[in-house]
Amino acid sequence: MQFDAPAGSNIFDDARIVGKSTPRIDGPNKVTGTAPYAYERHDVVADQAYGWIVGAGIAKGRITSMELTAAKAAPGVIAIVTAPDTQPVGKGMDNHAPLFGGSEITHYHQAIACVVAETFEQARAAAALIDTNYDRSTGSFDFDAVRASAPRSGEAETLGDFETAFAEAAVQIDETYTTPGQTHAMMEPLATIAAWDGDKLTLWTSNQMITWAKESLGDILGIDSANVRVDSPYVGGGFGGKLFIRADAVLAALASKAAKRPVKIMMQRPLVANNATHRQATHQRIRLGARMDGHITALSHQNWSYNVEGASGETATAQTAKVYAGANRLTAEYCATLDLPEGNAMRAPGEAVGHLALEVAMDELAEALGMDPIELRVVNEPDAVPGNPGKRFSDRNLVRCLREGADRFGWSERSATPAARREGRWLFGVGVAAGYRGAPTCKSGARVHLADGRIVVETDMTDIGTGTYTIIAQTAAEMMGVPLDHVTVTLGDSSFPASAGSGGQWGATSSTAGVYAACVALRRQIGEVLGFDADDARFEDGSIVAANKAFRLADAGTLSAEDTIRFGKFKKDYDVATYAGHFCEVAVDAYTGETHIRRMLAVCDAGRILNPLSARSQVIGAMVMAAGAALTEELTVDTRFGCFVNHDLAGYEVPVHADIPHQEVIFLDTLDEIVSPMKAKGVGELGICGPGAAIANAIYNATGIRVRDYPLTLDKYLDRLPAIA
Amino acid sequence: MKAFTYERATSPEQAAAAVAGRDGAKFIAGGTNLLDLMKLQIEAPTHLVDLQDLGLDKIDATRDGGLRIGALVTNTALASDDRVRAQYGVLTRAIVAGASGQLRNKATTAGNLLQRTRCPYFYDTNLPCNKRAPGSGCAAAEGFSRQLAVIGTSDQCIATYPGDMAIALRLLDATVETVMPDGTGRSIALADFHRLPGDQPWLDNTLAEGELIISVTLPKPIGGRHIYRKVRDRRSYAFALVSVAAVLHDDGTGRVAFGGVAHKPWRSEEAEALLPQGAGAVVERAFAGAAPTDDNKFKITLADRTLASVIAEARS
Amino acid sequence: MTPTGNDNATADNVTGSGSSAAGLAATLMPVGMEVNGMTVALSLDPRTTLLDAMREHLRLNGTKKGCDHGQCGACTVIVNGQRINSCLTLAVMHDGDAVTTIEGLGTVDDLHPMQAAFVKHDGYQCGYCTPGQICSAVSVLKEIAAGVPSHATADLTATPTVTRDEISERMSGNLCRCGAYSNIAEAMVEVAGAEA
Repeated sequence: MQFDAPAGSNIFDDARIVGKSTPRIDGPNKVTGTAPYAYERHDVVADQAYGWIVGAGIAKGRITSMELTAAKAAPGVIAIVTAPDTQPVGKGMDNHAPLFGGSEITHYHQAIACVVAETFEQARAAAALIDTNYDRSTGSFDFDAVRASAPRSGEAETLGDFETAFAEAAVQIDETYTTPGQTHAMMEPLATIAAWDGDKLTLWTSNQMITWAKESLGDILGIDSANVRVDSPYVGGGFGGKLFIRADAVLAALASKAAKRPVKIMMQRPLVANNATHRQATHQRIRLGARMDGHITALSHQNWSYNVEGASGETATAQTAKVYAGANRLTAEYCATLDLPEGNAMRAPGEAVGHLALEVAMDELAEALGMDPIELRVVNEPDAVPGNPGKRFSDRNLVRCLREGADRFGWSERSATPAARREGRWLFGVGVAAGYRGAPTCKSGARVHLADGRIVVETDMTDIGTGTYTIIAQTAAEMMGVPLDHVTVTLGDSSFPASAGSGGQWGATSSTAGVYAACVALRRQIGEVLGFDADDARFEDGSIVAANKAFRLADAGTLSAEDTIRFGKFKKDYDVATYAGHFCEVAVDAYTGETHIRRMLAVCDAGRILNPLSARSQVIGAMVMAAGAALTEELTVDTRFGCFVNHDLAGYEVPVHADIPHQEVIFLDTLDEIVSPMKAKGVGELGICGPGAAIANAIYNATGIRVRDYPLTLDKYLDRLPAIA
Repeated sequence: MKAFTYERATSPEQAAAAVAGRDGAKFIAGGTNLLDLMKLQIEAPTHLVDLQDLGLDKIDATRDGGLRIGALVTNTALASDDRVRAQYGVLTRAIVAGASGQLRNKATTAGNLLQRTRCPYFYDTNLPCNKRAPGSGCAAAEGFSRQLAVIGTSDQCIATYPGDMAIALRLLDATVETVMPDGTGRSIALADFHRLPGDQPWLDNTLAEGELIISVTLPKPIGGRHIYRKVRDRRSYAFALVSVAAVLHDDGTGRVAFGGVAHKPWRSEEAEALLPQGAGAVVERAFAGAAPTDDNKFKITLADRTLASVIAEARS
Repeated sequence: MTPTGNDNATADNVTGSGSSAAGLAATLMPVGMEVNGMTVALSLDPRTTLLDAMREHLRLNGTKKGCDHGQCGACTVIVNGQRINSCLTLAVMHDGDAVTTIEGLGTVDDLHPMQAAFVKHDGYQCGYCTPGQICSAVSVLKEIAAGVPSHATADLTATPTVTRDEISERMSGNLCRCGAYSNIAEAMVEVAGAEA
């Protein structure tokens, strides 16, 4: 099915199942521990051996020797695959650092060997017996040292004459904000079971993008991807960290070949941060020039980041062309090359940290103008895409998000004067930020089977916690007129039709639109079998009413249909995006500077919400991750050793239960005709765009102290807190 | 993790002899720290002597009005004991500020005293660390040291003792009772139990080879307001940046010990005598001679401000 | 579940003693436990954690490995009535113990009230930390009822009560990167209310 024009009215406008809060259909399996994740699939293939990954002990250089005698002789060892004895494997989609093979080391904890043994304990013990010697070479690990000489990535985006307009502006803000590296820290580490049958390879793995994975494995291993099957029905969190094939999958495949047995590998947690990908640090300069009435006349956002050779930085300016009006503009990205681990997508790449700068700069501008921060944003609401005035917004309700959020949150009680509200040792403050995140779509296919009046959906779409099983079941149930429990959804298998996959918050609307397309095709087949015009029929309660005649779905027998939704060029005329107003209240300890989040609210504009229950969870979860980015999360680089030194879950502090209060989410009742037949947009990344800035602004409102260096740990402002008696 | 043999000890004396008589043997109680380190081969015992059957899990009143806490009393059991809650509140407060409910259910009183540092360089076997690999150097001194010690350090090591319980035990003048491999015993004041790193940073404490902790004894209660304030980056399940254990009396006198700042619980009786003069005087004296890094010098300011907050709370 | 488990380690591939040339071989040890009410007898490498005994030998996959170092709580199980991290304890240390895993709390067709409350309140997303969260949640309500104090308990000499602060503090040993904390707390409040 081709989506070539705005949706118009369709079945979902009178939906009975889509759009209703629905507990997850996979929920009972998840809460009983019976949902199978990659490493624990004992039943898929017999005789699984255990693999253990050895990570490089240096960040840059060459392996000069690898002594394996003791490891090979160790009890239970079946095979050892080493990098020096393996030709470098190829690179799959969006792989930049080498995955495995050869003697060259380009980053810390790069995989250099895999030990396969009968048991996990034997593999781990034998791996420790490998004695590796290196010829260490000098690497470049210090972002601050190379930042100033980083080349610009592509052309700067300019409009009007920024420099002149900024110089002439009545009020100017010129501030620099920094964000550190962050790690996905999904709870399920990268994990794969691999098995060969002749030249056919099956990987039971944990991956967000099945079609990419299958294609990439062909490129990486130098085999025909048609011989690769990937299966990933449950993914224990990804956040971008499982978009691409990583060392666990590569080593499982290579080790399984060497061991002539299926091999299972879970990357050890202490390796994940340095071996796999991360969100890179940024250094962002924002200049805002405004008239006294708040209208922005000059807006510049320059961002410096880094990556390994040939890969792009964390593009923090991604949202800046879209959010606020302003006739004179300059945005530019600069990317240094470093010998740190590879940077790659993490939840809302670019925007997540871009908002930590832009939305604090707006707060600073509001204060400089003596304006309410919400009013400042409203004044600068654009009519068309500010950085690209020829482009329209498909459906944008940011002002409603902010206004309705202000009402709900009690914004009018805010003191505009910072540090004005103290109770005992606690300083209280509130903050606001806007949120913008694009709502892309990708072609997505599905196959739908009918048998005995029940529906089975097959697609290689993944559910990474997003609630995909349920929204796909809702879509199929709605389309085919059956109760939800008459729909079985099977996901994540590359033998199913290729889907959009889970990433970029495009998954929900794309994959359900693909299921919609397949269901339209199935309805037509049923119409042909039973003799009615499916496009004028109503499918309800296991029955079909067409031209005043009733039919039973079960009478159509066994049928299958497959289709793919494809999105047409007309969408290029629009900026299709999601919007939010994020609000936060904090209490800061006047003595110690500890910040406690007391309230969080997000008001979201994302078109139709397919399942408000699970969509809300995505938003609150993203708000939690934003809280971590604002307050605690930082991959600390040791520039001498070239590594993230706090590479476990004790050293890298993600938020815990006690950090997070009750969270509130409101979805505006909007529909986006441009995005897809579902008129729905994703929310999983919208939720991380803004809350961190709202926290930072609330801390300023509480204390009068502005810290622009994330995370906002107490050591950065302890000496600026009120004097103690 | 290297292979090891395993036995369950039948008496403290037998346990001590079993460890002393065998190279590479170690006691295991809760195991929450030892197994973590064994998985990384930072610890690599060849024989484990499991103490769980020794019956050292009771808390008994002593004749002079204190409490004798069995070495294997779990953190949860100790924190929950009615006598501890009522009369040694700072101890309960310190325990429940540490780790997580799951870990406290397993961690023991003796094991918690022996908890090793959380210095990230100690934990990464690729990097230099004199505590883990004597002579390899201290990567922390000029590295990531935000969590590490500001006082009592040496040029060989700036690790911190990471626990909370011991800070309160030090404040309460606890003693540690042990049994030696030869069956004799001794008592060690908690003040003398943990070492400073000096030029032997691999030694965390003053126990002899095979010496087994059997109990920790609290002297009789001292009254006062009991407060334990732990400052950390996230609100729970995190190690202290600075913690303050205090017992404060209405007349302004009291005791104070600091956690997260040194290789041992940091208490200066001279400094705490200055409590009536306020936090600044105490911290100035207690941290005289401090040698912080650029990364962690904030801890001294933080100790000052945290103690000020504790004093204000005691007065309220 | 088979009473003897599914050991991959056979006597053949782990023969040798601790004093063999390599000094590496592990001698298997018998371990008997009651797991979810069933008696099991295993023969295990002493290095096997309770977590791996559940997952790899008994194939009780509900208990998850998130970090294997006591830093995430995904491996939480209930041993002799108390929740612990199964990754930081050896199976041989639990000879004779009673272990309850997520599989022992309820089944798909007969959910434990806490499992049902997690479904109702959407107290999860990816589901990987969920069994550990639920084992903790069930235990936390029991710990509060038993009067165990926490960092959030205002008065140490009073009996703690089920408050939002108590729940959040006591659950903090269970990380959820998807960020379902707010919903988990609501599920627990509901179950606590029903129990009260």
